Amino acid sequence: MNTRNHYDVAIIGAGMSGLAAGIRLAHFGKKVCIFERHNATGGLNSFYSIGGRKFDVGLHALTNFVRPGVKGTPLTKLLRQLRIDRSEFALCEQKQSRVTFGPNGETSLRFTNDFAFLENEVATQFPKEIDGFRALVAAIKNYDDVSLDVVPVSARAVVRTHITDALLEDMLFCPVMYYGSAQEHDMEFGQFVIMFKALFLEGFARPFDGVRVILRVLLEKYRQAGGERRMKCGVRKILAQEGRATAVVLDSGEEITATHIISSIGAPETERLVGLTPEVAPLEAGRLSFVETISILKCQPAALGWGSDTIVFFNDSARFDYACPQEALDTRSGVICLPNNFAYGADQFLPEGIFRVTCLARYDHWAPLQEEVYQAQKIRCFSEVQNSARRFLPSVRDAALAEAVITTDMFTPRTITKFTGHIGGAIYGAPIKHRQGRTPLENVYLCGTDQGFLGIIGAMLSGISMANFHILQKNQ
Amino acid sequence: MTKDECKQVVLDIIADIAPDEDLSNVKPEVRLRDQLQLDSMDFLDIVMELRKRHSIEVPEADYQHLASLDSCAEYLTPKFIALAAKG
Repeated sequence: MNTRNHYDVAIIGAGMSGLAAGIRLAHFGKKVCIFERHNATGGLNSFYSIGGRKFDVGLHALTNFVRPGVKGTPLTKLLRQLRIDRSEFALCEQKQSRVTFGPNGETSLRFTNDFAFLENEVATQFPKEIDGFRALVAAIKNYDDVSLDVVPVSARAVVRTHITDALLEDMLFCPVMYYGSAQEHDMEFGQFVIMFKALFLEGFARPFDGVRVILRVLLEKYRQAGGERRMKCGVRKILAQEGRATAVVLDSGEEITATHIISSIGAPETERLVGLTPEVAPLEAGRLSFVETISILKCQPAALGWGSDTIVFFNDSARFDYACPQEALDTRSGVICLPNNFAYGADQFLPEGIFRVTCLARYDHWAPLQEEVYQAQKIRCFSEVQNSARRFLPSVRDAALAEAVITTDMFTPRTITKFTGHIGGAIYGAPIKHRQGRTPLENVYLCGTDQGFLGIIGAMLSGISMANFHILQKNQ
Repeated sequence: MTKDECKQVVLDIIADIAPDEDLSNVKPEVRLRDQLQLDSMDFLDIVMELRKRHSIEVPEADYQHLASLDSCAEYLTPKFIALAAKG
């Protein structure tokens, strides 16, 4: 591989957004190279193997699913822009998901990929709110969520103009926040709209083999388009002169020159490479982090009575508190994912059962721990997370679950920082987004998490939009 | 290059960037946007593919000429002919 040549574009990070930007640029003849610190692609949405078993991280479900023939949505835009045939992703739809609130899940809103189903649930559970709910949905549909210059408005404030019952308000915010909000308590309305459409108006799907199918397609397109990629090759510094970047310095010390740089690693993380902010205090970068427990079962979840839910968003408290916990983790609310419960087709079953639970966690309670203390805390927290989640699923005896479990794993805020480089384990990046992807340097652009299109489809669209807007459209 | 050939060039590009569109009955005099679901990202791609495949440059100020197949042919055919003459 020729590494001494100058690149039209250097992309930092081989996650979904960096790969998508790379495909666009390489397709239109730019000389592009993606630099990735790890040996795996995917960034936040990746997979790893332990003992010959593949674990997905990040992706519970691909959001924004629409059926063939539905046009003008993020998924179809993405497929067109990357010249991907939708059959390549081989998406299988969710069966049914729900938002369930109360100490034992007393109130539930079920939803599927047919929006009318959720609408009917709202009408049944919250009859006084259905008109307001419909008005909110109309406002969401009419909102221009892909505009690159928006005036930020509080989503809570907008939702409250339509919905008066705090329980319904929180139940709508819970999935939307868990699947993409980098901000505590509230979100920018545009971000809320993107996620509401992605989750409820569009829907959930998953390739049978999980996130690696999507990564494989992206890598193949990128390779075919002539893009270059250097793995285990992190960028440790961006060199600049008079407001313009001139080169990137790799971890090895090698310098690579490029006309443009697209960084998918986050806004404060990019500024740190430029040396503008010497050291950012972790919690200023974005506070929200998660733990996730993964249990591999020797049976399908259905055999335990867990066959009907694909994703369950739960909360046991009077209000839904989406915030960085004071302690190591907060198990009052969370998300359960049962990847077996997608409609893969008759006689198609994942070979093993998978039971995943995500809860909010606090980075600085995990980061400084000595290895033995860290491992002990993981074990303690694992049970706490699982036990909390099980309150919202059909009851299974402890012994029966223990008997079904083959192996377990868990990621923590520390894992997120290790694999994504996000300061403070901030899963969705910094609370402030940069829609136009601008940075203090005129030829360095952001894509991905901190540009602010959410979800994995959003991440890919972010890479596409930034490549189009800053480079292709200007014929630079 | 004739105008009909030029229309075919544009249709071939659209077929590649929007394979989910039915192009069998595209009316040449009607705006593409009014009969197909094409957004600004798709129009950017028509321009980009014209450059990539045929070395035809369409400056942003001229995007309006790509509105319908007829207007594409009016605008692009002379460009193709000029390019062929340069040879």
